[in-house]
Amino acid sequence: MSAPISPVRQPLITGSKTYHQITEDLCSPTERAPNATWVIAFLISVSVLGFGLFCIAWTIWKGIGTWGSNRTIGWAWDITNFVWWIGIGHAGTLISAILLLFRQKWRTGVNRAAEAMTIFAVLCAALFPGIHVGRAWVVFYFFPYPNTRGPLWPNFNSPLLWDLFAISTYFTVSLLFWYTGLVPDFATVRDRAKGIRKKVYTFLAFGWTGAAKHWQRWESLSLVLAGIATPLVLSVHTIVSFDFATSVIPGWHTTIFPPYFVAGAIFSGFAMVQTLMLITRKVLNLQDYITVEHIESMNKVILATGSIVGVAYLTELFIAWYSGYIYEQFAFFNRAVGIYWWSYFGMMACNVISPQFFWNKKLRRSITFTFFMSIFINIGMWFERFVIIATTLARDYLPSSWSFYKPTWVEVGIYLGTMGLFFTLYLIFVRVAPVVAIAEVKSILKAGGDQYVEKHKAHHEKAELEAPAHH
Amino acid sequence: MGHHHTSNHIIYGLYTDETDLLKAVQKAKDDHLDIFNVYTPFPVHGLDPILGLAESRLHITGFVYGLLGTLTAFLGMSWIFTRDWPVIFGGKPYWPVPSFIPITFELTVLFAAIGMVVTFYTVSGMGPGITNPILDPRITDDKFCIAFNETTATDGDINKFKSFFQETGASEVNSKEIDA
Repeated sequence: MSAPISPVRQPLITGSKTYHQITEDLCSPTERAPNATWVIAFLISVSVLGFGLFCIAWTIWKGIGTWGSNRTIGWAWDITNFVWWIGIGHAGTLISAILLLFRQKWRTGVNRAAEAMTIFAVLCAALFPGIHVGRAWVVFYFFPYPNTRGPLWPNFNSPLLWDLFAISTYFTVSLLFWYTGLVPDFATVRDRAKGIRKKVYTFLAFGWTGAAKHWQRWESLSLVLAGIATPLVLSVHTIVSFDFATSVIPGWHTTIFPPYFVAGAIFSGFAMVQTLMLITRKVLNLQDYITVEHIESMNKVILATGSIVGVAYLTELFIAWYSGYIYEQFAFFNRAVGIYWWSYFGMMACNVISPQFFWNKKLRRSITFTFFMSIFINIGMWFERFVIIATTLARDYLPSSWSFYKPTWVEVGIYLGTMGLFFTLYLIFVRVAPVVAIAEVKSILKAGGDQYVEKHKAHHEKAELEAPAHH
Repeated sequence: MGHHHTSNHIIYGLYTDETDLLKAVQKAKDDHLDIFNVYTPFPVHGLDPILGLAESRLHITGFVYGLLGTLTAFLGMSWIFTRDWPVIFGGKPYWPVPSFIPITFELTVLFAAIGMVVTFYTVSGMGPGITNPILDPRITDDKFCIAFNETTATDGDINKFKSFFQETGASEVNSKEIDA
């Protein structure tokens, strides 16, 4: 009987890198002048952001009447976009926190960019409730601070207030986690820089020296932050789902919502990570650090969470029928074949059917296919939120109030503006900070570098050949 | 370190691989050499026990900050809804404990995270705009460094340090004045 030998894993860093080459490869994008592609992308992003800001100003100046929302459909586009952006952010925390707890080494190639994505996505999301309140200039009334209006406190029973706390905490913790991870890498950039860049990175690096005790504390901090960020990220989308689930609207009032929303969030977040990383690795020449192995691992997560989402959709349908409750049955009938049938179809096609292609290893490892899939999933998950929100509200209890919602140019402009904001911030990030975590990649080099993996493999194969002789 | 010294004279050796560093640190411990500090470009696992570093207590502070957040949220909301301004919302009791769970959880996490991060930078002597002496710029690149303090060392000690670096395969040995 042969002893169980753990299969040798695929390399996570290719190109036989040395520690110094890792530093060179990962610092160089911050050290050279931006190329034409970057400049064009940046100008487009900033222009779109500018148009978005104009639309926000228009909303605040003219009022919420500039939107397509009406008496029946009190919120639609804004909350759809809010949930969509928040969901996208979840992949960053999953990669940086949950995969750290599970000791998944492949996270080191993508965690930095994914966390940055989380922070930018949460900013985009937070914008929507901020302007939807109407009087955006007194948005701080949300927070329970001692005031002269009574004091008048917010309603702590309200899931919308829970959401405020969840999003604020999520943003803060993600930012602290991300920045603490960046500090040693900023020190690496600092120690290579000259002149004004040296001054800037000296400030950003917080006085990091690489002392053994500091690394020990840094690891302890990272681990505990990962430990608390894990339930945090689950709580955030759970609470977002409470915005709907605690209401008494058929189609919303379901206990399945929290896990279903969390799975959907991770699903869409990973799709966005794929979109960004596939472009980033190509443009910044990081194919040795973000390998097909990383892409395949993420596609596996997409397949798993996509299947959970699919099961949730079918469970909803089944329970609506099985409950015998006609209002619930109508809500789902209306979603599938009502006025917004096309958005339901888009949701089902993009979220349930398309990820199933990832059972095929070849497709899972195809970069082109993955890129198109990531776009499909982003569209599908946007449709999911639109289906849940607009379709449900358009057909409420009173047929005389039935209505139709379509966005105005102002709402489309704000949504595009958040895209502009997201990509503007991401493009600045890739210029300022190392996109791949330098120190963390170095720490897995001996385990994940191709030259070491080859050596292990040769050793392993030799042991296998010699094994029969021992029996 | 007394009040007389405004700076430390440091002698340090650079190694090119973490396994060499670990062996060298072990030897320094065996030879009873007093290591000033060890610097690495990434966290080297297995270094702490050899170096004799006590486990970080940062996670304990995290628990305390978290507890503070739990109490702040729960007692704060309870005080507001039962003492300061009791209001009935949708027929719920004045003290709706289940409704307090999400915010209590969020503030627990928020306090723990902010508290730990601030503590980390404070005890490590780091923060925005703070600079600390750097022995060699390649420590954040690909060099693993062991440093000894020669400020108060005798000539015999200094010779011991030098022969230590030679025996353990340091690729370079340098010295530097740094602020104490």
